[in-house]
Amino acid sequence: MEPDTQQAEKENLSAMVGKRSATNTFSRIFRYSAYKIVMLFFTVAIGVYLTVLIANMGGYVDTIRRAQIREAIALVIRGDETMRLLSVEERTAIMNEMIVQEEERLGLNQPFIIRSFGFLKNALLLDLGFAEQMTSDSGSKLVRLVILERLPATLMLFATSNLFLFFFSVFVALYLSRRYGSFLDRVIIALAPTSAAPGWFYGIFLILIFAALWGILPFGGMVSAPPPENRLDYALSVLRHMILPITAVVISQIFLTAYNWRTFFLIYSSEDYVEMAKAKGLTSRDVERRYVLRPTLPTIITSFALLVIGLWTGAPIFETVFNWPGLGRTLFMAIGFYDTPIIVGSTVIFAYLLAVTVFLLDIIYALVDPRVRIDEGGRRA
Amino acid sequence: MNMFLKSLREITRYPSAVAGLIIILVLVGISIYAPIVMPYSEAVRLWRGGLGVWEDNPRVAPPAWTNLFRSVHLPATIVLNSTDPSIEKEVVEVNPTTRSSTVTFSFDYPYEGFPQEIVLLFNAKYTEKSPFVGLTWIKPDGKEVNMGSFSLKASQGYYVSQDERLQRRLGGMPPHEGLFLDPEAVAETPMAMAGTYQLRIDGVLFEEGADYDVKMVMYGKVHGIAGTDHLRRDLSVALLWGTPIALAFGLLAALGTSLTTMVIAGISTWFGGWVDTFIQRITQVNLILPFLPILIMVGTFYSRSIWVILGVTILLSIFGGSILTYRAIFLQIRESPYIEAAQSYGASDARIIMNYLVPRIIPLLLPQLVVLIPTFVFLEASLAYLGLGDPVLPTWGKIINDAQNNGALFQGHYYWVLEPAVLLIVTGLAFSMLGFALDRVFNPRLRGQ
Repeated sequence: MEPDTQQAEKENLSAMVGKRSATNTFSRIFRYSAYKIVMLFFTVAIGVYLTVLIANMGGYVDTIRRAQIREAIALVIRGDETMRLLSVEERTAIMNEMIVQEEERLGLNQPFIIRSFGFLKNALLLDLGFAEQMTSDSGSKLVRLVILERLPATLMLFATSNLFLFFFSVFVALYLSRRYGSFLDRVIIALAPTSAAPGWFYGIFLILIFAALWGILPFGGMVSAPPPENRLDYALSVLRHMILPITAVVISQIFLTAYNWRTFFLIYSSEDYVEMAKAKGLTSRDVERRYVLRPTLPTIITSFALLVIGLWTGAPIFETVFNWPGLGRTLFMAIGFYDTPIIVGSTVIFAYLLAVTVFLLDIIYALVDPRVRIDEGGRRA
Repeated sequence: MNMFLKSLREITRYPSAVAGLIIILVLVGISIYAPIVMPYSEAVRLWRGGLGVWEDNPRVAPPAWTNLFRSVHLPATIVLNSTDPSIEKEVVEVNPTTRSSTVTFSFDYPYEGFPQEIVLLFNAKYTEKSPFVGLTWIKPDGKEVNMGSFSLKASQGYYVSQDERLQRRLGGMPPHEGLFLDPEAVAETPMAMAGTYQLRIDGVLFEEGADYDVKMVMYGKVHGIAGTDHLRRDLSVALLWGTPIALAFGLLAALGTSLTTMVIAGISTWFGGWVDTFIQRITQVNLILPFLPILIMVGTFYSRSIWVILGVTILLSIFGGSILTYRAIFLQIRESPYIEAAQSYGASDARIIMNYLVPRIIPLLLPQLVVLIPTFVFLEASLAYLGLGDPVLPTWGKIINDAQNNGALFQGHYYWVLEPAVLLIVTGLAFSMLGFALDRVFNPRLRGQ
């Protein structure tokens, strides 16, 4: 009986220790994330403020708004029967007065610095007023609705392609590091320079081959027209439309990424503890997972973060090539319509998306990097 | 210098680098050649088009060499003008006031495909009584087709392809096809008869001093070495001039961003403290600034000039992510004894940064710079693709943009997209391959890994 109780006590104790360290870890990660989120919020605010400044540099946006006010009031006066009785001078005087009032109401008479903070607040809340030309699918002209309606399409495409790219790259890189110097390894190294071209560029080639020449995949868009009624058919149709964009992202990045990561893996595989693990007789799968992949993950995640940011930035053109009804194409269409509120709004939401990406990757970083988990590594950038 | 030569010799050991270097040299050669054969202003004028610049070119015609891969050869454009001394103009006096003037255009047509369009442009000189012309088409087998007759105005075009009466007479076929049809051809689709065709224009002049001139343009279906676009512009102009523009933009942007980034990383590490913190914070803000959307904003609101875009690109990249890489290396270098020595003899901060810190990083910088060039070449193409290219300059990206806007892929005009795309990818690969090799030569740590 006695050894049993001892055993139980021991287990109990270790469980307690484990629990304490778990809460500790949790609170550390929480503190780290809170710190990160506060920092990021300021970063986003500064970024958005810069966007507003650029959009309004030289009062460009103001000029547009003033002209709009003037036009609208002139139209009102021209349509007013009672105004016709007045002389031209009187009419002009009334018009100018109305313009001044309207500008005051909208705060256009204040100095730009003060207004810019109002803009900043509005931009951060995505309260950017009404679009000039474009409408959301539901017919609203609110910039927020126009943009938020497009967000899911963009998120779906980029989340899928990024996740696919990440796991596929890790898989290929691990495979190559195991077969260092093999034919496939050399092929991938030789192909690494092809990553100089962005995804949309390969997209054009893919569309040419698969849509124009062979006609087996759609030219672009998100679902076939008319959209299938059945939910399953709808999902299948979306999947079919996602094949080419995802392939384009993967082709444009896989070779360079796999090449870089394989180099990391190789550097870490030559560490003594890996040799030791091998000598202990662990399977190569275990060695890879515990002794190679773990220490390299923080580096890999950092490099992946930069990659994802690059992909986000390219969204406008990427979505335009594939006619994907997301944020990027909205931005592109807004350029065509010269729709200032939408252009500024899309830029702001891209800043948000980048910030969220950075934040998520920071948390993942905290989860995989023991330096953050075990001690106060929170100040690491 | 010696070290440089040594590195250069080492580069020749990498076949990909040699290939890249050769391509770059060819591209540089083209960039020098382009302004020599066609001055900048001329390129801009040609690309802008306008009256009388591209009139005689067919619309959306693939390059002439594509005929090598076709079983049905497509015609190139044939232009014949009666003002040309080699064209015979026969004038016979019928009576004191009336003369007849006959122009015969004769041309070889060794193709099986039909042309795109036929246009006759007349210029007549008269005071009261306008000249009268009758047109006869003579096929290689001697068969004659009467194309109709009409009196001339001072300047008049006869659009053969749109003549419905002629179309009915030719059995419903569009005239530019019916006139070339080979009735003997054994094929499922109609084919043109190869041989020497003649177009006889019998004019009657009713006045002293009256005269007319005529120009025949038979628009082909292939054109030149690069083909044409929807505005009849010769793509070779944009392909040729796109080369120096792409190289200049890529090189300047890469140089500008790398050098400024390097200096700022140097300042950041050397001064440390709040300067370092501040620069790092800016770098983080810069990381989440949406680069392309901001460039799009600048392009939409201010200027589409390529130089403004270049400036903004450099500005936005000064605090780029590579500062972190450079910083890490500068931190190591800062502890070197020779820096301490420099400090002890009283070198200024600027001197230490520019003369002692920055040069040490050049081996790392050079490959990065070369690898960066294609990024910016493609950036220019991306902006042009979005319709934000420089409004006057012919660039590769603008060709792709035009092609995309006119549904080139959808309608099967692959050459229109492929030509600029192939040039882009070749340029990108060349710099990228060279950069990768340079990286291995200058940073031997990574070699063999």
